[in-house]
Amino acid sequence: MSGKQHASTLPGLRRRALLKGALAVTGAAYLPASIAAPEDVDAAVAELFGSRTPQPGKVTVKIPPISENGYSVPLSVKVDSPMTAQNHVVRIAVFAEENPIALVANFELGQRAGKASIQSRIRMGGSQRIRAVAEMSDGSLWSGYAFSIVTLAACVV
Amino acid sequence: MTIRISAPSSANRGDVIELKAMIQHDMESGYRRDQYGRPITRDILKYFECHYNGEIVFRAELFPGIAANPFLSFYTTATESGTLLFRWIDQNGQTWEEQALLEVT
Repeated sequence: MSGKQHASTLPGLRRRALLKGALAVTGAAYLPASIAAPEDVDAAVAELFGSRTPQPGKVTVKIPPISENGYSVPLSVKVDSPMTAQNHVVRIAVFAEENPIALVANFELGQRAGKASIQSRIRMGGSQRIRAVAEMSDGSLWSGYAFSIVTLAACVV
Repeated sequence: MTIRISAPSSANRGDVIELKAMIQHDMESGYRRDQYGRPITRDILKYFECHYNGEIVFRAELFPGIAANPFLSFYTTATESGTLLFRWIDQNGQTWEEQALLEVT
């Protein structure tokens, strides 16, 4: 609270009362209990993939370093894989750590994809890392991430 | 619902082709409020599927973190002539479909 600037114009007690009043009003009317809090990414990863831990590597996530509009951020995820019958990507999951629901999308691919590369547009509720986890046909998990500064955050209130 | 598909009409056997699909949909997140402060109910597309001659080649489970008018781009290997079917399913089970013909030489 930036009470100090106005200290000379308002006596201490009255200022405190005013602040309390202001908090009560904003708290009650504009911050309902259902306000969306960020979800824990690690928990979301564990929910989808179980106890397996992703190793860093093989996954390239691309988002603009600065996103002016968090309502629509272009996203590209590529996974380094030969995409053969023996060795291919079966799933790519995208997570946003500052979003109320960490899991953004869950893509299922197969050897017929030919290329493990997907693009979409996502919402970002603030500046954050976007993490992608790829599951290979042998069951191994790989992850990569990218960071973006978001000027206008999406969908949180 | 306007649907836009970008897919090649012909390809050589074995080519990896890019498919792009976009559908007009608000993807209402359920986190926004209207002008009176009432929450706006969530209304999103839940699944997207691409069938190549009846076989699923790509599937996506979508969440509120996907932007409005969802756009998806992915790849598949051209194996035989036939149809590409693009299907969206919303949270209530309503579906929208679009087809594209692919000629493989």
